[in-house]
Amino acid sequence: MSLLEIKNLHATVDGKEILKGIDLTVEAGKVHAIMGPNGSGKSTLSYVLAGREGYEVTEGTATFAGQDLLAMEPEERAAAGLFLAFQYPVEIPGVSNTTFLKEALNAVRKTRGEGPLDAMQFLKLIRARAKDLNMTEDMIKRAVNVGFSGGEKKRNEALQMAVLQPRLAILDETDSGLDIDALRIVAEGVNKLRSPDRGMLVITHYQRLLDYIVPDVVHVLAHGRIQKTGGKELAQELEAKGYAEFGVNEAA
Amino acid sequence: MTTDNTTVQALIAQASGLAPTLPGAGLPWLKDLRAAGLDRFAKLGLPTQRQEAWKFTSLRPLEKVSFGPAAESAPVSIDRIPSVLPGGPAHRMVFVDGRFRADLSQPGALPAGVVLESLGEALARDPDRVAGLLGRTATFDSHPLLALNTAFLADGLLLYVPRGVTVADPIEAVFLGTPGSAPAAWHPRLLLVAEENAEATVVEHHLGLPGATYLSNVASEVVAGPGARLHHYKIQMESLDAFHLATATAHLGRDATYDTFVLNLGARLARHEARSVLDGTGITCRVSAAYAAAGNQHTDFTTLIDHAKPHCTSREVVKGVIDGQARAVFQGKIIVRPDAQKTDGYQLNRALLLSPQAEINSKPELEIYADDVKCSHGATAGELDDDQLFYLRARGIPIDQARALLVGAFLDEAVEEVQVEVVRDHFRERLHRVLEGHR
Repeated sequence: MSLLEIKNLHATVDGKEILKGIDLTVEAGKVHAIMGPNGSGKSTLSYVLAGREGYEVTEGTATFAGQDLLAMEPEERAAAGLFLAFQYPVEIPGVSNTTFLKEALNAVRKTRGEGPLDAMQFLKLIRARAKDLNMTEDMIKRAVNVGFSGGEKKRNEALQMAVLQPRLAILDETDSGLDIDALRIVAEGVNKLRSPDRGMLVITHYQRLLDYIVPDVVHVLAHGRIQKTGGKELAQELEAKGYAEFGVNEAA
Repeated sequence: MTTDNTTVQALIAQASGLAPTLPGAGLPWLKDLRAAGLDRFAKLGLPTQRQEAWKFTSLRPLEKVSFGPAAESAPVSIDRIPSVLPGGPAHRMVFVDGRFRADLSQPGALPAGVVLESLGEALARDPDRVAGLLGRTATFDSHPLLALNTAFLADGLLLYVPRGVTVADPIEAVFLGTPGSAPAAWHPRLLLVAEENAEATVVEHHLGLPGATYLSNVASEVVAGPGARLHHYKIQMESLDAFHLATATAHLGRDATYDTFVLNLGARLARHEARSVLDGTGITCRVSAAYAAAGNQHTDFTTLIDHAKPHCTSREVVKGVIDGQARAVFQGKIIVRPDAQKTDGYQLNRALLLSPQAEINSKPELEIYADDVKCSHGATAGELDDDQLFYLRARGIPIDQARALLVGAFLDEAVEEVQVEVVRDHFRERLHRVLEGHR
C-alpha cells in the first residue's frame, strides 16, 4: 500500500523554482533513499513535505495515507504520522526535552483519539527509548538540543522518532556532522523502527549512511527531479562514479 | 500636574471627609501625616506624561472615572484563592476592596515577638509601634501616589519580625477587588519590618473579580535591618477593568538581603514602582519582574536602585511578553553614589513582541558617580523564533500551544530569580496557566 504519493511536485523558495516535477511513491514497509548532490532540492523536498513556511508549492500533489498532505498544517502532518528528522535540529532554551517530548506525544495521541499518558507511564516510556540510544538521564532533562553535540542532537531526533512512532519517517541528511560511532548508534535506532507498516525516506548525499540503513529503493535527485531509480546497488554505483552522469560536477 | 479633573477632586473631597473618622484620627502625628499627604496630593494632582518618571504611562483613562469609597463587607468566598503552599496557606491576611477582613483571615501560629496584623488594628491598639516607621520610606514630596496613599492611610498590613527571628512559612496577603455598584478606590499600606538578622517571606496576591472597575493604589514600605533577609513577592492578577498602581519603597541596612519579584499579569493599567535604598555595606538586592500583557493592557515596571554605600550587589532581570495592542514600559534607574565603590550592578530587560501593534518602551538609566564599580545592563526586544516554532509544530504540537511553550520558557528565565522555591514554583504555574489561556 502506498503511504506517500508525490506527483509532479513543483516548489519555489523566494521565487526560485527548486523542485521541478517530483514523482515519488513510498510504500509501507519499505525504505526509500534519495541521494543527490548539494543544491539538488533534497532539503527543499523534506521541508515541503513537513510543511515549513516559505516553501511554496506551485504545481502537483502529495498524498499521505490518502489525505491531501499539502492542505495540512505542520502539526496535523505530524499527528497523521509524518516525521521529519531535521538536518539541523533546533535548540530551544528553557524547554526541557522531557516537556517537549511529553507535549508532542500527548498532542499526537489526542489527534489519534487516545488519552494523555500520565507522568509515570511517560517517564517509563522515554527512559526505555533513551536507553536504546545510549542517552543519559541528563540529556533527557536538559533543554531541547541546548549544549548537545552534533551526535547528541541526531540521537535526540531518533529518540523523538522512537517516542512518536510515525508511519513515515523522513531522515534529512541524518549522517551530516556524525562520526562513525554516532552514525552507528543513530542507524541502529532507526533500524529498530523498521516495520511492515512504516515507511522511510532517507535523504543523503553520501552512500555511507546506507551501509547502516540498507534501503529497498534508491532514487537519484538532481536539478529538482528524480533522475533515476534503482535498487541498493545504485547507491554504490553513485559512490564510485559521483553525480557526473546527471550533469553535476561537484569538484568544480 | 492636573488637579482640576473629576478624579482628583473626588479623591480630595473623599479624603477630607474621611479624615476625622479614620483609625487613630486623634493622634497628632498621624493626623498631621495624613493632612500633609492630602495637602501634597492637592498640589501635585495625578502624575502626567510631562513628568520624566511618567513619560510612557498615561493616567488619562483613570481621570475619566469618578472613584467613590468601597462598599462595606462585600460578601465573598475565598475558597478558590490560591496559596503558594500546596497544602494551603500557613499565614494569610485577606483584604476585600481595600478593607481587612478578619473573618476571612488566618494569621496562623507565629514565633514569639512577631506581629502580623492589619494596620487598622495596629493604629487602633498600639499606634506607638508604627509611629516612627510609617512614612519613613514612603516619602511623598515629589510622589503624588504616595501622597494620596498617605492621605487615606488607614488599612493594610503590618508585619514586624524582631531581631534574629525567622518566620519559616510565607506570609500571604490577599487583596481582592469586587465589582461594586460604582467604581471604587482603595489605598492599602503595607509596612514590612525585619529587624537585625530576621527573616521572612511575604507574598502579595492582588486579584480582582471579572468586570470589577476599581483603583488599587498600594504602598509597601520595607525596612530591613542589618543582616535581615526579606523576600517580598507579588502576583498581580487584577480585574482587566481595574487600575493597579503600586509603589514599593525599601530601606536596607548593612548585609541585608532584599529579594523582590513581581509577576504582572492583570489589570487594564498596572504600574509597579520599586525604590530601594542600599544604605549599608554588603547588601544584596534583587528587583525582578515578569509580565504578560495582551489586548489593551498597559503594564509599567519602574525601578530605582540607589547604591549609597560600598560593596553592595544589585541584580535586576525583567522579562515580558506583549501581544495585541498592549504596551509595556520598563524604566530602570541605578544610582551609584560617590561613596559606593565596589558596587556590582546587573540589569537585564528583554521583551518579546507577539503582534505588530504591541509596544515596549525601555529606558535603562545608569548614574554612576564612583569610579571602581562593575555595572552592566542590556535591553532587547524581539519576536518569537520561526525555526523554534516550526520545530515544535513538526512534532505535532499545535501552534497556540507551541507559542505558549516558547513564551513560557522565555518568561521562566525571569521567574528563576525568585529565591524561595515554593513561591517560584507557584508563580511559574500561575504564569503558565495564564499563557495557556486560563485566567
